[in-house]
Amino acid sequence: MKILLMGNPNVGKSVLFSRLTGTRTVASNYPGTTVEFIKGYLKLGEENAEIIDVPGTYTLEPTSKAEDVAAEMMKEGDLVINVVDATNLERNLNLTLQLLERPVPVVVALNMWDDTHHRGINIDTVKLEELLGVPVIPTVGVTGQGIRELVRRLPEAATPQVTYASSDERWAKIGDTVSQVQSLSHRHHTWRDVLEDLSNHPAGGAAFALLVLAATFFVIRFIGEGIIGYVTDPLFNWLWTPLLMKLSLALGSGGFWHDILIGKLINGEIDYFQSFGLLSTGIYIPLVAVLPYIIAFYFMLGILEDVGYLPRLAVLMDTVLHRLGLHGYAIIPTILGFGCNVPAVMATRILESRRERFIAATLISIGIPCAALQAMIIGLVGQQGIQYVAIVYGSLFASWIIIGLILNRAVKGFSPELIIEIPPYRFPPWRVVGEKLWLRVFSFIKEALPIVLGTVLVVNILYILGVFDFIANIAAPVLTGLLGLPKETVVALSIGFLRKDIAVGMLAPLALTAKQLVISTTVLAMVFPCVATFVILARELGARDMLKATGIMIAAALIVGGLQNLIL
Amino acid sequence: MSQKIQLALGQMEAGQTGTIIQVLGGRGLIRRLDALGIRPGKKVTKISSALFRGPVTLRTNQTQVAIGFGMANKILVEIDIST
Repeated sequence: MKILLMGNPNVGKSVLFSRLTGTRTVASNYPGTTVEFIKGYLKLGEENAEIIDVPGTYTLEPTSKAEDVAAEMMKEGDLVINVVDATNLERNLNLTLQLLERPVPVVVALNMWDDTHHRGINIDTVKLEELLGVPVIPTVGVTGQGIRELVRRLPEAATPQVTYASSDERWAKIGDTVSQVQSLSHRHHTWRDVLEDLSNHPAGGAAFALLVLAATFFVIRFIGEGIIGYVTDPLFNWLWTPLLMKLSLALGSGGFWHDILIGKLINGEIDYFQSFGLLSTGIYIPLVAVLPYIIAFYFMLGILEDVGYLPRLAVLMDTVLHRLGLHGYAIIPTILGFGCNVPAVMATRILESRRERFIAATLISIGIPCAALQAMIIGLVGQQGIQYVAIVYGSLFASWIIIGLILNRAVKGFSPELIIEIPPYRFPPWRVVGEKLWLRVFSFIKEALPIVLGTVLVVNILYILGVFDFIANIAAPVLTGLLGLPKETVVALSIGFLRKDIAVGMLAPLALTAKQLVISTTVLAMVFPCVATFVILARELGARDMLKATGIMIAAALIVGGLQNLIL
Repeated sequence: MSQKIQLALGQMEAGQTGTIIQVLGGRGLIRRLDALGIRPGKKVTKISSALFRGPVTLRTNQTQVAIGFGMANKILVEIDIST
């Protein structure tokens, strides 16, 4: 049996899904998360029913890409659980009535039930059930209230198949239904209303956004540095270093295997940034230097998502983003990019036109450094002084804007207008924030660690074979002439294709000046995406557009690096 | 005395409430707005508009929606002005 979970965007569908199936899924408080649908299983008596989390849709007459998918999937379902936001009955019932026209049995989950009390909304569920002709069960996805009842009543799902001649007739029926089942009582102005009013106000909203983003940045840095300074680094030095030193002695403090596994000893000690062995740098960078920042970033992102702030940011950024050939929606993939460019490029799918997707993906690859890269930039460039970190970020931001302005003129087409629902502010459901954080951190470890280790291995072997000297000599004119960098940096720059965090790590032993560090990290951030992003770019944009995007990246990186060399 | 005037949603003042008379625009736009509950006969409150012809935020029922400035000017609204 195939059960479809359908409803408007942002009604807590994904949370309900994770409650029903017990699987961990990513659920967010903004539309467009589940353009790619998620599948899970629910034990129903003897049977193992398949549950599909259908992308959020307002109507079965598709008006966007996500809704197309929803309407298509509708045809294959044996039963529909229609998730309805109880605090917004009228608009949600539009989809419900459309579902009830179809020959598929339906059950209604009246979700966010707890919120109706805060908002002074009273709904007579018995009456609603009677009027709709299908079971109606109040649920609270976040706490799990009503889930068991929902499952118990699935067999009662009914197929009224009442049809309406026109949309007007349907709305008339909805108006009638709502007036019969819902009564509103007075409620007080809450902290939410105050915040919502503030963030809607044009000037207040901008100030609020700056405050939010600045606070986010400082909290991320605070958590990241805190974990490194008090947890991962001490733990590593206490447990891992003595073991490695023993191994080093056992291997005779040098030789082929020593170089591969432990790397070079600096003054007889292991230096985790410079030794460059599989078991030293290869493990230290992802787990000690980068992981804390990944945790900090995704923790804050999860909160911003589930509070419902991102759609407001989209509205605020819409005017600016239109100048760059995008619209407000594009802020969502862009912000994801600060974590990792791979899901960011995938999320450009929520944008309507091919043109927007190309511009957004290119800008993300150029101007948005991922958390792993940022952790290393802050760690390494930050040693020279925070102002140098600011120069790197400033250069990236300026390139993001300027290249956007150029692409907006150069790429044919126009950017469509924004239309986005603004959900009310909600307290983030901690269970969901926690699950999402775990899921994202786990996938970082699973995907990044093997690539990091592979990269370190490849670097060591190429180094031993002398390949790097060869490349360095070829690239020397460009590097020293244009960018003012020593020719050895070419090694790090080319390794950036595999892993950018490792690449920054490779700059550490080169004893670069602050200016050279700024130039090399900026170029590294811009010049091309890492191999994982590369693959996703090709998949999302097609090989031709991916090559175009790459050409833009290389040109932009050389120009910006060259300018920095002239100006700084 | 009260007087009824018609104007585009984009021209309303923040905080004003009116009734939607008509959505001028193609079928696609009408359908998209209709699905969100923005359709003739509905009461709509303009909450705010961003600077530089940015998006307009409005409320119908309990839903807040932000739409582009161009779209907002295709929605014709009648408002009561008491004099």
